[in-house]
Amino acid sequence: METCKLEKRGKLFILTLTGEDEHRLNPTRIDAIRSALNQIRSDSSSLSGSVLITTAHGKFFSNGYDLAWAGSSPEKIRLMSSKLGELVVDLISFPMPTVAAITGHACAAGMIFALCHDYIVMRKDRGFLYMSEMDIGLKIPAWFMAVISCKIGDARVQRDVVLKARKLTAKQAVESGIIDVALDSAEETVKGAVELGETLVKKGWNGQVYGENRKELYRKVIDKLGVDETRDDVKNVAIAISKM
Amino acid sequence: MCSLEKRGNLFILTLTGQSVEHRLNPHLITSIIAALSQAKAQSSRGSALVTVSHGKFFCNGIDLDWVNAVARSNQEAQQHFDHLYHSLKRLVLAFISLPMPTVAAVNGHVAAAGVVLALCHDYVIMRRDRGVLYMSELDKGIGIPEVFMALFRAKISGSTRRDILLRGLKIKGEEALKMGIAEAVHDGEEGVTDAGTEMGDELAKRKWDGEVYVEIRKGLYPELCGMLGMTSNVTATPKL
Repeated sequence: METCKLEKRGKLFILTLTGEDEHRLNPTRIDAIRSALNQIRSDSSSLSGSVLITTAHGKFFSNGYDLAWAGSSPEKIRLMSSKLGELVVDLISFPMPTVAAITGHACAAGMIFALCHDYIVMRKDRGFLYMSEMDIGLKIPAWFMAVISCKIGDARVQRDVVLKARKLTAKQAVESGIIDVALDSAEETVKGAVELGETLVKKGWNGQVYGENRKELYRKVIDKLGVDETRDDVKNVAIAISKM
Repeated sequence: MCSLEKRGNLFILTLTGQSVEHRLNPHLITSIIAALSQAKAQSSRGSALVTVSHGKFFCNGIDLDWVNAVARSNQEAQQHFDHLYHSLKRLVLAFISLPMPTVAAVNGHVAAAGVVLALCHDYVIMRRDRGVLYMSELDKGIGIPEVFMALFRAKISGSTRRDILLRGLKIKGEEALKMGIAEAVHDGEEGVTDAGTEMGDELAKRKWDGEVYVEIRKGLYPELCGMLGMTSNVTATPKL
């Protein structure tokens, strides 16, 4: 069953979570998303001046982990968590700017997934950003907190999002400094994301450098996920320095 | 020194204290910690706590009179001072590990260690018509211990934090609201106290699991909790 589709529009890669369901982040869906990201990375035209836009069909961007699938099995929960962690590392090191076009609810792990994009455009007529964990009685893992702390600067907004389980509309999310733009409808949101994508494409940035710089910006998240440094990083820094 | 009242699911902690300024000395601190233990022991899903005070002051800082009264030398004064700070650290720990949402209904002046006490709460409500929030340390030439700095880093962002700590500002309620320190301001002591209990009731209505609440609070303030020696617990099971 197809859970996402990848489309190329010039230098824009548009990844859509398909179906009218809640787009829960179970291993199957996460694998499909990662596979699409791999596909983009192996496209030789994606090396510079490319942009990823992630969006979804239906009422939900993503409603979080597939708790029904995981049930009370610790192995399944651990598997989902480690797969989402790998997806987040993919996104943080992704060699091009990323835009999330939020056309529906983004909750819990789904909100974390959205936050891992560089830019967020969201529809203002419906849908919430919502860290639901407090309301459903789930502890929030340290690496989720690292994402929140990196992406939501203000201490009080962080408190409201995490400790008060505040449901934010797009307008509130713009006011709180969490997202970039609120637009009228799903169509306008995707259009807005594409427009933003095009302005980023025009910069013609080196994808690898972009990804490396983003990794350092969100080093806190990478470290919390326990990712090992590869020797390539040192090599790349040496190359960059030699070119100065 | 302080009293604890349970009204339905809401715990109301009232600072009484010997002085009208409700200054923090080991007796008051021990009394508050004991009250918090009691609240924790009696807590259930959907508990909340609001701290209130009466008169011109919420809390005007540490009790220097106590320090000077019991100390027979400068060296002893320093020891008592240190002891007081250690007690304060335990007080912060008691609040941050309390398994329920907390509200400080700041009815009047709040200064130095009193600000620390207020910021230990998840939410702060202030009085509009009276009272200032004031980190007096800079003006008094006193340093601020690292753990309290961590509390400020956890609860307050950016230029607001700089303004409170490095600028010696005396911040009135409206200003505190604009700066994002206070959630709301109300007129009159009764206005603030009522608003505090209302907010406590609203938070209690969410029926949050206290153990999960405190775990999430710990995750939100990792630096502070690390310094307070708080470790993480097992995940709670979600209710589906």
